[in-house]
Amino acid sequence: MKNRENESKIVKYLLIGISVLFLFVMLVLPLFVVVTEALKKGWEVYVEAVTDSYTIAALMLTLKATVIAVVCNTVLGLCAAWAVTRFQFKGKKLLTTLIDVPVTVSPIIAGLIYLLIFGKQSILYPYLQKANVQIVFAVPGIVLATVFVTFPFVFRELLPVLESIGTDEEEAAALMGAKGWTIFSKITFPHIKWALLYGIVLCTARAMGEFGAVSVLSGHLRGLTNTLPLHVEILFNEFQYVPAFAVSSILVIMAVILLIIRSVMEHRGKKEGEV
Amino acid sequence: MTKKKLRSLCLAAVLGIAAFTGVCSYDAGAGSDVHIINVSYDPTRELYESYNKIFQEHWKEETGQDVDVIQSHGGSGKQALEVINGLQADVVTLALEYDINAIQDAGMIDEGWKEELPDDSAPYTSTIVFLVRKGNPKNIQDWDDLIRDDVDVITPNPKTSGGARWNYLAAWAYAQKAYNNQEDKMEEFIKKLYQNVLVLDSGARSATTSFVENGQGDVLIAWENEAFLSVQDDPDEFEIINPSISVLAQPSVAVVDEVAENRGTEDIAKEYLNYLYSDDAQRIAAENYYRPVNEEILKEYSDVFDLTMELKTIDDFSGWQEVQEKHFADGGIFDQIYGN
Amino acid sequence: MKKSKKRVIPGFGLTMGVTITMLSIVVLIPLASLVVYSSQLGLREFFEVITRKRVLSSFYVSFITALGASLVNAVMGLILAWVLVRYEFPGKRIMDGMIELPFALPTAVAGISLTSLTSDQGLIGNFFAKFGIKIAYTKLGITFALIFVGIPFVARAVQPVLEKLDGSYEEAARVMGAKPGYIFRRVILPELLPPLLTGTGLAFGRCLGEYGSVVFIAGNRPYETEITPLIIMSELQEFDYKSATSIALVMLIASFLILFLMNLMQARNSKRLRGGNV
Repeated sequence: MKNRENESKIVKYLLIGISVLFLFVMLVLPLFVVVTEALKKGWEVYVEAVTDSYTIAALMLTLKATVIAVVCNTVLGLCAAWAVTRFQFKGKKLLTTLIDVPVTVSPIIAGLIYLLIFGKQSILYPYLQKANVQIVFAVPGIVLATVFVTFPFVFRELLPVLESIGTDEEEAAALMGAKGWTIFSKITFPHIKWALLYGIVLCTARAMGEFGAVSVLSGHLRGLTNTLPLHVEILFNEFQYVPAFAVSSILVIMAVILLIIRSVMEHRGKKEGEV
Repeated sequence: MTKKKLRSLCLAAVLGIAAFTGVCSYDAGAGSDVHIINVSYDPTRELYESYNKIFQEHWKEETGQDVDVIQSHGGSGKQALEVINGLQADVVTLALEYDINAIQDAGMIDEGWKEELPDDSAPYTSTIVFLVRKGNPKNIQDWDDLIRDDVDVITPNPKTSGGARWNYLAAWAYAQKAYNNQEDKMEEFIKKLYQNVLVLDSGARSATTSFVENGQGDVLIAWENEAFLSVQDDPDEFEIINPSISVLAQPSVAVVDEVAENRGTEDIAKEYLNYLYSDDAQRIAAENYYRPVNEEILKEYSDVFDLTMELKTIDDFSGWQEVQEKHFADGGIFDQIYGN
Repeated sequence: MKKSKKRVIPGFGLTMGVTITMLSIVVLIPLASLVVYSSQLGLREFFEVITRKRVLSSFYVSFITALGASLVNAVMGLILAWVLVRYEFPGKRIMDGMIELPFALPTAVAGISLTSLTSDQGLIGNFFAKFGIKIAYTKLGITFALIFVGIPFVARAVQPVLEKLDGSYEEAARVMGAKPGYIFRRVILPELLPPLLTGTGLAFGRCLGEYGSVVFIAGNRPYETEITPLIIMSELQEFDYKSATSIALVMLIASFLILFLMNLMQARNSKRLRGGNV
């Protein structure tokens, strides 16, 4: 018996060791590179790069696109997960597959398809121009691309949880005459709130960092259609390594803040659950 | 409960609409009377940053209007493609005539743009040189050194980088001269050269990064202005070698007629390009290591630029159309280099 | 049993409506445009484009590196999820929080910093160079970047399921004297298989299409380290829309197939788990 306990302890520390090593090499070192490069020429250069007016404009645009994408995809995620797990219908597998498709579509292709639809070569373009709506190489295109690449994130997180909690409680409530919204908010929501939070965090993180698809659709207009990742690319292409890494570090900091918020909320939630 | 629900629903709807209209209102250059968009390629940022300032003053003097110039930089071919796809550029200032021709073919630039401005509508030029490590440890002097077995070359992919086509053509120009226009030997030379390429980056800037930051290779085939920038940043690390023969790279500029007409910015767009030929603008070009087309001003900077190099123009290769088909199209010479 | 004809739970119309509408606007119609566009080429031309040697070898490079990376991620993701759910140790929450970072870091930045780490002057590259292994500018380098990109997928798919996993079977098996390895294989793994598969599938699909980080680390030599998205980019650069969309279409079909297979397997698996009476 003792032997086995030792054995499992060895396994435990071995696995923890592997994980730590893996994350250290794959995550900590690259971040370390970002930070050291950003601060290579001292604090002042860093602050200057971060408070540059183009950087601020890029930051605002990134936030805007991220918020819209997260709202859209949360609505979609809730609806789709509810529809898929609570009802039987034909083509369910196809539907879930289609929702997943954006994650695996190359960002380049994601950008390309919107160019084909809304770009100058499209049959829609004359109408859009008449209506004075510019989609590609303008903010709406960037938002669309961001929504696209993060499309299934919330859905993916909700699906397994909704599936595993089953429908018994909800059915009971429905039979007792509860309305849809009440069922959702009183019965389902408490079960899925952590999964939902996970999903939103993932979605936000991914939306902030999206590069490829947005890059195809942005046109890189300085101060107008540059998101933070694009701004990093531009700085990099201008040999401004230090500012490029400084701007990347904003994204890293945003991500870290986001993850801390999640972790705190989660911790509190779990405590609540225990009481 | 229902009241609350209703209220939250209304709130959500209002928020949604607000977000949508906020996104769709495409309002640019607030605060100025007028703005124009200049779509350019990667390495011209500093150049146009300085130039836009003097142009703003110039335009204010002429007309009393405040003008805002919004810049976009990226790979030359990609930028042309975006203009074709609806990027609202008033003027394009790209690396290759070929890319502007593509916009013309899409019907957005009137034919004959090349004759609109002096010197083939190229207000500044550049050339292709070698950047080597300090002290030139591999003793690289000219193009034939690049095909030595012990030399590793860094150059971007001419298929993905417009600028890199000039690199390729500069090598081709050397081969033409060295092998007296014997095609098979010239192809052999180019093949050997690209077999020595260690990293074939997708753009000029990432090639520079591979060479400068990551220490790959012995020689970087680079645009002269970029090479100067690298040396300026790390004078103890790199030096420039001027080969015996190279190309006269003419980055072209043009007004995108369709967009400018639509937006009513033709005058300002034309003046924006015209003013590039003024003495002040030419000096700004020279200070950013582009060779000014104004001979007088070029001479002022003769200590910077090597004016003795033999420079071939695109016409020596029978124009871009021909070059494109022969070398870079699918199945062209460049593809054959890597075909077994 | 449960499938009474009448739907007890409300909301089908609303949720389905929203789902289908958004799916159509954001995904289906744009993707259909790709199909329409590439259908401008005849079938024969289409095959000519996609069977060009350079294109074929880029498919191979993309496929093999994505496969390698997602396998590594499958194993590491499983271990990560296990460690994070089952063990208590200092720094666990920091570790937990870090996993999404690859999403937030723009892929270009990731590419640049990974390249500087793994080139033969970098911290990691320097170490491996001693053994004659080159990472940056080889397929290994591409795989390295793809592993980075794919980290969150598997770990985040497995973690919630593992958390929800009822410990009682495991406990029962332990009491009956089953070895830990046996318990893991027979009791835990079957439960984790569906999320593991989806996570790996998503990571694989994502890796196939990844562009931003790979172009920096790959070296991009034709036939050796040139990935398919880069080919698409270079076709676009040559204003060759038809070739670009054709190659894009192949990639699209590939990613769709992968996902569909994953979902099929997952469905079969959950059927088996429920005792086959569905």
